[in-house]
Amino acid sequence: MKWPKTLILGGLIFATFLGAALLSLVWTPYPVDTLAIAAKLKPPTSTFWFGTDHFGRDIFSMIMVGARTSIAVAIVAVGIGITLGVPLGLAAAANRGGWLDEVIMRGNDLIFAFPSLVIAILITAVFGPSALNAIIAIGIFNIPVFARVSRGGALSLWTLDYILAARVAGKGRLRISTEHILPNIANLLIVQGTIQFSLGIIAEAALSYVGLGAQPPTPSWGRMLADSQTMISFAPHLALFPGFAIVLTVLGLNLMGDGLRDILDPRIRRARG
Amino acid sequence: MSLISVSHLSMAIHSLAILKDLTFAIEPGKVFGVVGESGSGKSMTALALMGLLPGGARTSGSAMLGDTDLLSAPEDRMCRIRGNQIGMIFQEPMTALNPVQTIGRQVAETLVIHGAANRAEAMTLAREKLDRVGLPADRFPLDKYPHELSGGQRQRVCIALAIALRPKLLIADEPTTALDVTTQAQILDLLKSLVAEDGMALMLITHDLAVVSDIADQVAVMKSGEIVEQGNTDEVFRAMRHPYTRALFAASAHIPDRQARARDEPILEVQNAVRRYALPRRRLLGPAPTFTAVNDVSFTLHMGENLGLVGESGCGKSTLTRAILGLEPLQSGQIRLFGEPVAPGMANALRSGVQVVFQDPYGSFNPRWKVAQLVAEPFYLMQARPADWRDRVAEALVSVGMTAPDMDKYIHEFSGGQRQRIAIARALILRPDLIVLDEAVSALDVSIRAQILDLLADLSHRLNLSYLFISHDLSVVRAITDRVLVMQAGEIVESGRTEEVFTNPAHPYTRALIDATPKLPDRRV
Repeated sequence: MKWPKTLILGGLIFATFLGAALLSLVWTPYPVDTLAIAAKLKPPTSTFWFGTDHFGRDIFSMIMVGARTSIAVAIVAVGIGITLGVPLGLAAAANRGGWLDEVIMRGNDLIFAFPSLVIAILITAVFGPSALNAIIAIGIFNIPVFARVSRGGALSLWTLDYILAARVAGKGRLRISTEHILPNIANLLIVQGTIQFSLGIIAEAALSYVGLGAQPPTPSWGRMLADSQTMISFAPHLALFPGFAIVLTVLGLNLMGDGLRDILDPRIRRARG
Repeated sequence: MSLISVSHLSMAIHSLAILKDLTFAIEPGKVFGVVGESGSGKSMTALALMGLLPGGARTSGSAMLGDTDLLSAPEDRMCRIRGNQIGMIFQEPMTALNPVQTIGRQVAETLVIHGAANRAEAMTLAREKLDRVGLPADRFPLDKYPHELSGGQRQRVCIALAIALRPKLLIADEPTTALDVTTQAQILDLLKSLVAEDGMALMLITHDLAVVSDIADQVAVMKSGEIVEQGNTDEVFRAMRHPYTRALFAASAHIPDRQARARDEPILEVQNAVRRYALPRRRLLGPAPTFTAVNDVSFTLHMGENLGLVGESGCGKSTLTRAILGLEPLQSGQIRLFGEPVAPGMANALRSGVQVVFQDPYGSFNPRWKVAQLVAEPFYLMQARPADWRDRVAEALVSVGMTAPDMDKYIHEFSGGQRQRIAIARALILRPDLIVLDEAVSALDVSIRAQILDLLADLSHRLNLSYLFISHDLSVVRAITDRVLVMQAGEIVESGRTEEVFTNPAHPYTRALIDATPKLPDRRV
């Protein structure tokens, strides 16, 4: 099978950031938690590839560690969405039109009705700003997304003859949901997962930008942007590099999502022959 | 002179040859039938004439409409030809219309787009066209929406759309396959009268030999992208020079070899079964209206008997099937299997006595499972999967004409007919006494259908099976059942021995069904 170009390109971009994040666990070009005021606000050179910030820290190293923060927050947030949202969606579909379906889906509507960033700010404001609270806040808003996607996918499967055959074989709703429905909506979930992942990265950046995400000294792309704000006229590289990092990761993930949909969505696959 | 003359039309998608060297001519005022099984290239031929081939298709040869070659004309020219000179109708009237536009507007739209009329004139013309296709103004005003019409009525709207600009050629791709037999007869009559009265040519694509022999003046028999035989319908069907035509014919009329073995020992008893559904409430307060899908149905199925259940769509056959399988409750009455009551909560041991084969060989299997797992699924009804389950799967596969190594393949590696065999293997695995065949051969090509019918007859004989054979296709029911029930609007209107019901129908509805079924011409050797 031919791999879509979007998937290859998106995968390469994302793999680069993922690699940088993993590498930062064991090595960065410079330490990110020590100050070197003498070398502050250096423009990009061969020694400091992306320059240094107002404390003299190496931007390149901070981008690497920041990637770690962003990706970790997004992974856990998407994980929360999938582990809670998918079972809820499957349960709703299995009880289509019943009270459980109504309760789950109206609960979803309730969460959707709140502006997500405002609630995230509320949560971090009440429980204190930290990476963990940011994860929880972003994760909660992933639940209804995955619940809806899995309910929608499951509903169309429930009408198929092989589900009827499974019922004739005496299988209950729980077993049919796990054996027949879940594997067949996995592709939908993977595609939605990549998209939610990129949204998670943006949300983390936004929360850090307003100071409600990962706290100093942990570097984070959103806070690097916020810090650079006052210095943008004489040190534009401070804003450019974290900004590019966010845009590129999100772009890479969205391209990956498109490419995955091309190979996983049976409707598109059929159209491609 | 011919309206369209096609010579040496070949078409390939990438490197795969789809159509091979087709030469035929369509005369004005005549019906040109194209008959063949799925994958024979009959729809592709129509799409080639319309210039609507999928991407990657390359054509050679020519298809002359007047002095225009339809194969090489530029897209903007084809846009003017489509609808204007060639109209087309499709198989599925349910999806061929835009659900949010009124039927009048949709018919008028074609006229306006092609600049044949302004809005106001177009609406008048649309009215005329709808009258022409048998949708009179008093019952079908222009502001009706597609969802307010039945399948047959929608197909009439599609025809009105296609003939709005008085095209010289109408291409109809399986126009009646999705319709009930009585509706099919009406639509075929309409098409015939359009050809006879308006001098239009009709290219009718179908898999159904009986339909072609009924309506076509000329016929082309297609197989794997080639026309194997063509000529005047009478002559082609009388002489049957090509072996494939003979094979198709034999398969269409195929009656499996079987004897009645019914013993006077009831397996399934349905007594006064009633199934009602609640409809959406019309008023805020007050009871929800109900729809009675199955109304006071009673019958008995005996050991070793093949019982047919015939009816058109919406008559309640599927609801009755689900109730018999214990998937849905009844509002009153009772269904007994081996004397035990059938209900959604019934014991697994009882459930294992009745299995089912569905219509759609493509929707009947989880695409992510291997055949072994699929066929073994009913073992879930037993306490534990028997230790020799793989042997039993192999045995079931062999008994339906597949091989044991097939069980480690995925379902997408099999054709429709093979899948239907696997579905039968799944139904056999628990060695049930009764198998419900819900339109089990309706989606298959005639040659495959004949094989599956033979298989079913053979299995019923060897394994002492009883069948409840549910179908809308009277010829199939006639071929395989001992006794038949005719169902209309939730009620059984006639029942009796199959041959008697078919030769001497008592109820007017049964007569209407039998009269509407297109008949194969008698084979004159």
